[in-house]
Amino acid sequence: MSDLLDLSLAEASDKLRSREISATELTEAYIAAMAETVDLNCYITETPEKAREMAAASDARLAKGEGGAMEGIPIGMKDLFCTEGTLTTAASHILDGFVPPYESTVSGNLWDAGAVLLGKTNLDEFAMGSANITSYYGAVRNPWTRQSEPDTELVPGGSSGGSAGAVAARAALAATGTDTGGSIRQPASLTGLVGMKPTYGRCSRWGIVAFASSLDQAGPLTRTVRDSAIMLGVMAGHDPKDSTSVDTPVPDYGAALTGDIRGLKVGIPREYRIDGMPEEIEALWAQGVDWLKQAGAEIVDISLPHTKYALPAYYIVAPAEASSNLARYDGVRYGLRIDGETLDEMYANTRGEGFGDEVQRRVMIGTYVLSAGYYDAYYLQAQKVRTRISEDFRNAWDSCDVLLTPATPSAAFGVHEKFNDPIQMYLNDVFTVTGNLAGLPGISVPAGLDKDGLPLGLQILGRAFDEETVLKTAAVLEEASGFSALPALRAGRG
Amino acid sequence: MALDEGTVARVAHLARIRVKDERLKPLAGELDTIVNWVEQLGEVDTNNVAPMTSVVEMQAHWRQDAVSDGGYSDRVTGNAPDGVADPEGAFYGVPKVVE
Repeated sequence: MSDLLDLSLAEASDKLRSREISATELTEAYIAAMAETVDLNCYITETPEKAREMAAASDARLAKGEGGAMEGIPIGMKDLFCTEGTLTTAASHILDGFVPPYESTVSGNLWDAGAVLLGKTNLDEFAMGSANITSYYGAVRNPWTRQSEPDTELVPGGSSGGSAGAVAARAALAATGTDTGGSIRQPASLTGLVGMKPTYGRCSRWGIVAFASSLDQAGPLTRTVRDSAIMLGVMAGHDPKDSTSVDTPVPDYGAALTGDIRGLKVGIPREYRIDGMPEEIEALWAQGVDWLKQAGAEIVDISLPHTKYALPAYYIVAPAEASSNLARYDGVRYGLRIDGETLDEMYANTRGEGFGDEVQRRVMIGTYVLSAGYYDAYYLQAQKVRTRISEDFRNAWDSCDVLLTPATPSAAFGVHEKFNDPIQMYLNDVFTVTGNLAGLPGISVPAGLDKDGLPLGLQILGRAFDEETVLKTAAVLEEASGFSALPALRAGRG
Repeated sequence: MALDEGTVARVAHLARIRVKDERLKPLAGELDTIVNWVEQLGEVDTNNVAPMTSVVEMQAHWRQDAVSDGGYSDRVTGNAPDGVADPEGAFYGVPKVVE
């Protein structure tokens, strides 16, 4: 069974098509793996019966020589995507019992391509967090452990922590994530996976529970870059239901993985060398530069002068948009209701009870920066700084094609470390958040281990809608690093 | 500028979030820390810089001004905590608003 769990998405697809394995067999292996790793709390809702039905339907299509690009592939779906007829919680108490009467476009695209739903994965409440510790359904445990203290529970990163944990623990072959400030790339880095955030507009946001609408993008969490290319190709595409989804053809991302980056100009932004960055990360970054140089790329030092303002700008823009998006949770139309004497009291009681601490903090920050008298000083200034950050990147593209940076400022940390100060937690996204503010595609690739045996990732950022070059460069890094370590707490070990 | 308990109470009311009295003080501290930290944006020279309105250059799509979906109010109200479907149609139940 562990052999089945070790197949990449591309390998499993080949074996399904040649009928060497069946979708039912593969799905059963993953259903058993979910049960085996249940203590990690990667899933909020498991859907084994639905998975079996979908796998049987895939087998019927495969037997006729039909089937899509993800035919028979068992995946986890971040519980932020609305799934028709299946509980969708956003990991919040306030969405208690919500069963969507519609399907999100991205999840619909995956089912149309033949993917099999294993269940809805855990996340930070409304995707607000970088450690998956704000979920109403409890924290997710990272399947990786420190060699020096194997019993310390580590976080998988967030907000797509359940998706990352599940794929790393072999409890899903791949999973969807969403990335507003780093929520795909940061957990990918902390769990030794490939996590891709495409360009804003590449994937439809329709049917995804909204956090910050000008920043949110869906993307895949997979074990290899090739798998990422396959899955992104299925998730992406124009959707008339999302006016910000872009009507440009989706390229064949797999075909972009030529392995040839000779002459490619790779920018190294000097502002990403931050104070207090662990030496190991600095060393890994230098190693990444060497790998790309050896593959024939040209390394260019560049400057992104407004980098240090990205996180503070994000913590105005994202809460402001969240305070508006989350206004819909009022106890009237779905989810939790806590009664009150008046309508206003009912709203306040429901939201006081239904939102966790971090969500309340962000909604209040958002309300404050948008309130009369403060709008210009905070929100408008943040949107101007965002223009500046975008200009920095535009200038950089005059001298390079992609950027190479660390993905995260540290490896996975303990569930109870970094708790006290919200700003310390926010700093996890220091390398990823610029990509959201400027709408650019970015990928995190596992590149090495720290001294305690924990995975570390490198990030490639690219021009808008140039996912192909990002993926191509990522595949070269993947090949050069030869990353093959596996987490201790994975399914199928015996 | 310091965020005091009174400001937090006002913001909580605007956001329609009931905050217990004993939470007001710690929350004021937490929010004040965040607001002080984001205030460094004031250092950036943004003279003659337009605020961002769209992160990627795109043209808005035209579509027919026609109904493309709907006609199933029972499904729409199916998740309501106090939904009522009666012969007149489907409704959401709320506390009395008009005396």
